[in-house]
Amino acid sequence: MGNKGFKKWAAASVLFFWSIAAWAEYKLNLQTPQTLLGEKIYDLHTIITVICVVIFIGVFGFMFYAIFKHRKSVGHKAATFHENTAVEVAWTLVPAIILIAMAVPATSTLITMRDTAEPDLTIKATGYQWKWGYDYLKGEGEGISFYSTLSTPRAQIDGTDVAGRKANPHYLLETDNHVVVPVGKKVRILTTAADVIHAWYVPALAVKQDAVPGFIRDTWFKAEKPGIYRGQCAELCGKEHGFMPIVVEVMEPAQYTAWVGAQQKKVAAAKVDPNKTWTPEELKAHGEKVYAQNCVACHQATGMGVPGAFPALSGSKLVTGPVADQIKLVLNGKQGTAMNAFKHLSDVDLAGVITYTRNSWNNKVGDAVAPADIKSARN
Amino acid sequence: MEAAHAPTHGHGHDDHAHKPSGIMRWVKSTNHKDIGTMYLWFSFTMFLVGGVMALIIRSELFQPCLQIVRPEFFNSMTTYHGLIMVFGAIMPAFVGFANWLIPMQIGAPDMAFPRMNNLSFWLLPPAALLLIAAQFVPGGGAGVGWTLYAPLTTQAGPSMDLTIFAIHILGMSSIMGSINIITTILNMRAPGMTLMRMPMFCWTWLITAYLLVAVMPVLAGAVTMTLTDRHFGTHFFNAAGGGDPVLYQHIFWFFGHPEVYIIAIPAFGVISQVIPAFSRKPLFGYASMVYATASIAILSFMVWAHHMYTAGMPVEAQLYFMYATVLIAVPTGVKVFNWVATMWKGSLTFETPMLFALGFLFLFTLGGFTGLVLSIVPVDVQLHDTYYVVAHFHYVMVAGALFSAFAGIYFWLPKWTGRMYNETLGKWHFWLSLVFFNVTFFVQHFLGLAGMPRRIPDYALQFTEFNMISTIGAFGFGLSQLLFLYIVIKTITSGEKAAERQWEGADSLEWTHLPSPAPWHSFEKPPVLK
Repeated sequence: MGNKGFKKWAAASVLFFWSIAAWAEYKLNLQTPQTLLGEKIYDLHTIITVICVVIFIGVFGFMFYAIFKHRKSVGHKAATFHENTAVEVAWTLVPAIILIAMAVPATSTLITMRDTAEPDLTIKATGYQWKWGYDYLKGEGEGISFYSTLSTPRAQIDGTDVAGRKANPHYLLETDNHVVVPVGKKVRILTTAADVIHAWYVPALAVKQDAVPGFIRDTWFKAEKPGIYRGQCAELCGKEHGFMPIVVEVMEPAQYTAWVGAQQKKVAAAKVDPNKTWTPEELKAHGEKVYAQNCVACHQATGMGVPGAFPALSGSKLVTGPVADQIKLVLNGKQGTAMNAFKHLSDVDLAGVITYTRNSWNNKVGDAVAPADIKSARN
Repeated sequence: MEAAHAPTHGHGHDDHAHKPSGIMRWVKSTNHKDIGTMYLWFSFTMFLVGGVMALIIRSELFQPCLQIVRPEFFNSMTTYHGLIMVFGAIMPAFVGFANWLIPMQIGAPDMAFPRMNNLSFWLLPPAALLLIAAQFVPGGGAGVGWTLYAPLTTQAGPSMDLTIFAIHILGMSSIMGSINIITTILNMRAPGMTLMRMPMFCWTWLITAYLLVAVMPVLAGAVTMTLTDRHFGTHFFNAAGGGDPVLYQHIFWFFGHPEVYIIAIPAFGVISQVIPAFSRKPLFGYASMVYATASIAILSFMVWAHHMYTAGMPVEAQLYFMYATVLIAVPTGVKVFNWVATMWKGSLTFETPMLFALGFLFLFTLGGFTGLVLSIVPVDVQLHDTYYVVAHFHYVMVAGALFSAFAGIYFWLPKWTGRMYNETLGKWHFWLSLVFFNVTFFVQHFLGLAGMPRRIPDYALQFTEFNMISTIGAFGFGLSQLLFLYIVIKTITSGEKAAERQWEGADSLEWTHLPSPAPWHSFEKPPVLK
């Protein structure tokens, strides 16, 4: 090999190793597990994959040997055998034994995975189109309840703010409210849904459980380290399925206690005086926020909807017609369409959003819906 | 056995020398070869339609953020890509093979019910039109996933009703086709062609046809329940009315898992013809191959809930479904070992059909192994509904079923057309397909492991690189299939004349007893079998 050839070869190999180093940044395996169960699952996956790879190499070693040695072009004459009972029995039994060996650790991990008994904290996660609702049912923080909605700005998603997206490390994996839990405590998650099937999936915590409307399922995790772990809805749930992430924040116990205190104070402060009289302007302003969280994905910020798929509210007969009909529709939804019941929103939220839709865009009805109207319509 | 002994004038009114000309030859055809040809062209057309949908999906996923399509349209593309590929492309392709080959391989003149054969084909185009029309009704195509899970389907627009009707029609077509295949194989074999002497391809179709008859009505039931939930006030899948959304999944997958084998088993049959021919050695373990296929078919009815590990079921049920699923690896392993043993000490050559068969063997096995990984419940809970699953089933469906269909087409094209394809171009088609297939789908394993859910139109930034690679691969793979179209057309119009026994190692009746191209009626007199 001449000097020139050597240089070329060296350059090529440097390039090769550089490209392998670059590959190291690509994620090639499961996310780093943050729970003991997650570690067990990670190891189980590794063991099974390695067994599969070994068998694969073995079987195809034979195939490639045959491809190179038993080809006609090297003059190989075909043998005539076409059965061999001993070999056939062996390759039925040996895989069966290997499979039993795989099933043993899988069984014990599965049984641990399904043991949701004696949790320290129980949280109900409810899937909505398209956000998650959380209710802390039992344990420290009992009574806390909030919704968690995607907080990535729409401009980053629809491509008008490319710089913002590129600078956002948690694009599509960020929410306005985190599910906060204490470290080292067994957290049981009950899943259910209000409309269609969703799935609560946080890879680093090794949990995925479908949220089925009308039924309660459960799963659990016990995080070993404080941190923020991100996941997404994993079951196709309609248009915005890709946009309802889950963010779990694991805190030290003292910090968690402080968070619970702050939440409870916030709840008390936010508790709206039921006797408060709202001015139409206040209602409309409040309603705009509610609209942005609940309605905008389908009916759009312009109120024009998506032709053919989601009706426009601007100029809609229903929205500009008798108020009672609109209240009834928003409360109960419309069967057979993506318009769900919104009973779970408060009287003030519903009064606000209905007032907002009746007095925005081309709609100038001019009336205001009082929270009391909603309350009476509920009964 | 009456039909097998039918004399040459057995068809009475049907004149052998003169067939209707022009378009009516095809519309009124009762000939198994013409109908087989129509099935294959229909299937290839649907393959292109479904392929364009796949490329729309991959284009949107080339980069993060919504750039080309709206989410609801994206969901509709994933839904109809799946439905069209499964029901419009792959299943009809293998029915096309069955039509062409079964009468020739068992020494019969035609299929048992030629008129029903005509009907079962002509039901397909209206169903396909309904699936395509579903894109253009108000609200666009239903974005519910090819599995059509309730209660999302109750929200969907009128396109859902068109889709349900299309599935009913496709189901009727499949059932009629299956009855025809079962009857033909059981009643019309030439004297001496005992069941255990039949070519493997016939065996695999006999088993597949029974699977189809068993499960297509189940699917029809599931979508009918969806229809009545949508319009007639029932609550099968609505908890508020005493139903259960998960019930739909149980019914669907009771159809859906055997469906996987409805697609895979005829593919096994093609491979079992091609590998021995190019190894110049009989198929290793013929009897165990038949038993393994039958065991896979029976087991396929008992494992449906492994598609639903995260839907919620008792731990005992999860254990049962895990063990039963793992068990399928045994007969599947037997088949792979048999194919490798067939090649062992053979005299191998590597024409295009053999290349595709080897591509099938290698990549289908890889897909089988990721299936084994997915059968383990705790691991599946991590990977369910992620791109790992997408990669897994594309290895089984594309590198499995589709590659085997390519192997079969290159293998029998000389017999069907009497002309030889261009070997160099065929090899190019294979290598391009192989490379681009892996570029597209291998990286999707990593996406799934890292936690990218399937069926999302936009994704977090850490998934960007692999999605770009996958999209590039998809376009390469899609364009390579145009080469295939060119090769086939070129063969039909100007290929070199093929020999009666084009492949020296091929020993089934169509190669040993019939000229190329095969005559209008395969065997007017039953062949004499030694």
